[in-house]
Amino acid sequence: MRPIEYASPRTKEQAVRLLASTWGETAVLAGGTDLLSLLKDDVIAPRRLVNIKEIEELRGIAFDPRKGLRLGALVTIEELLDDPRVRQHYSALAEAAEGIRSPQIRNMGTVGGDLCQRPRCWYFRAGFGLLARDAQGRSLVLHGDNRYHAILGNEGPAYFVSPSSLAPPLIAYEARLRLFGPGGTREMPVQAFFRIPQSEEEREHDLRPNEIVTEILIPPPRGEASATYEVRQREALDWPLATASVALQMDGDRVTAARIVMGHVAPIPWLSPEAAQTLVNKTITEDVAQAAGEAAVRRARSLGRNGYKIQLARVAVKRAILRAVQGGAR
Amino acid sequence: MDKQLITLRVNGEVHELAIPVHKTLLEVLREDLHLTGTKHGCELGECGTCTVLVDGQPVLSCLALAVEWQHRDIVTVEGLADGPRPHPLQQAFAELGAAQCGYCIPGTLLTAKALLDHNPRPTRQEIKEALSGNLCRCTGYIKIIEAVERAAQRMAAQTAFAESAAR
Ligand SMILES: Cc1cc2nc3c(=O)[nH]c(=O)nc-3n(C[C@H](O)[C@H](O)[C@H](O)COP(=O)(O)OP(=O)(O)OC[C@H]3O[C@@H](n4cnc5c(N)ncnc54)[C@H](O)[C@@H]3O)c2cc1C
Ligand code: SF4
Ligand code: FES
Ligand code: FES
Repeated sequence: MRPIEYASPRTKEQAVRLLASTWGETAVLAGGTDLLSLLKDDVIAPRRLVNIKEIEELRGIAFDPRKGLRLGALVTIEELLDDPRVRQHYSALAEAAEGIRSPQIRNMGTVGGDLCQRPRCWYFRAGFGLLARDAQGRSLVLHGDNRYHAILGNEGPAYFVSPSSLAPPLIAYEARLRLFGPGGTREMPVQAFFRIPQSEEEREHDLRPNEIVTEILIPPPRGEASATYEVRQREALDWPLATASVALQMDGDRVTAARIVMGHVAPIPWLSPEAAQTLVNKTITEDVAQAAGEAAVRRARSLGRNGYKIQLARVAVKRAILRAVQGGAR
Repeated sequence: MDKQLITLRVNGEVHELAIPVHKTLLEVLREDLHLTGTKHGCELGECGTCTVLVDGQPVLSCLALAVEWQHRDIVTVEGLADGPRPHPLQQAFAELGAAQCGYCIPGTLLTAKALLDHNPRPTRQEIKEALSGNLCRCTGYIKIIEAVERAAQRMAAQTAFAESAAR
């Protein structure tokens, strides 16, 4: 790793002052599980790290049945998983946290860092940029090893997949995210935080270089049936191939509204209103869940070597729906 | 290169060090404190051999800067034994031949210690989950899991004995 300056502010105001207004100059350090890899691989080479772990107000989980759940950006994935209120009211989120292995990663990695982690696209990690293009501007992904790339939202120029396992359940619950920067606080739906970059100058997050994520706010539980289902190649030490998180509003046996979000299949967590629509006014059966899975991948397309992911996403959606109504049963 | 003075508490001993801030905890433990029991593997969070305990929890020393963990309680494999007496986990690993090349073992022992400290009677599934971040390329894991079970039984028996003696 290259020599670097280090600052460890106590307040978010100090942190923001220590951050530069252009990308590449400085970097926010939370748990470091992604940032240190980026530094070691020379994907980024900032001159200063700003450690935010000493900022007390970014910690803590608070729950109020009327206000919902507040997660400080520094809550670790292990703290999230250990909280009985999260498990009871937001099972899709607890199930996604459980999938992030190892325990060591969960002890260090934070919720804010999970949302802000950079894509695992191996061209990006090898220094070819977010859009992974060669000197002539041609996509390396389209002509190369795209086994783990996007099957949705892959019209280009971005083909990587969003790496966050926590974003899909947060979006299914309509969570909001707060940022703090020189201009004060900004708030947006978690969904709006993710975007598909159109040029190498753009990022995959609606985040400015001198902003920090401060907290995530999840609306109060509305008695929804919810679950996450992940398809993984290895059970630990790897990211999923495809996931689905669902939150179903129920009137008895009947679905009144649904949110279905797929992870690791597109450059952003992929919300599928088409799939959700097929569930409205239905009672969940295997066939109904299957049809929702079909609808979720209707617009999916293979890049050549990742066609198998279409089937995985279809199955993830189906199984997440079935798991949600079976009350979290495996 | 800018050096910074830092204070690290490792295995109960306080060390004052002057180090460049970009050094990882793993590098400082091995190169500055000469505690070479902590091993250097993938460097990317994918193998677990660099695991140390910070305030009793397993973390990866390859993904932490030493400056970040000042004034915390750091335990490495060198701090596991009680003077000349090996920890029950070390004893069980030796008896059952749970170490082959041994490269993964320091991290595995510490992760297992953290598990037994907060869950003295883990099920086999709980042991597997706790150790899911400690890759071993030699043993196939069976003996490692059996050794953790044996250590857990012994430690529980010792606790029971100590409690009955105190009554
Ligand atoms: C082997 C392995 C397996 C993994 N498997 C999974 C998985 O299955 N699913 C999954 O979702 N993740 C997985 N991860 C990723 C892990 O969850 C993330 O690395 C972790 O959550 C990032 O959190 P952190 O606090 O360590 O972030 P850091 O590494 O400190 O930061 C990550 C990035 O986010 C930025 N950042 C962090 N916090 C903030 C903030 N509050 N405001 C603004 N920017 C910020 C940093 O500048 C940096 O760019 C895995 C990681 C490893 C090493
Ligand atoms: S596959 Fe078998 S022989 Fe090869 S490293 Fe693993 S346990 Fe040893
Ligand atoms: S060396 Fe740290 S996890 Fe492999
Ligand atoms: S004993 Fe060789 S890696 Fe585990």
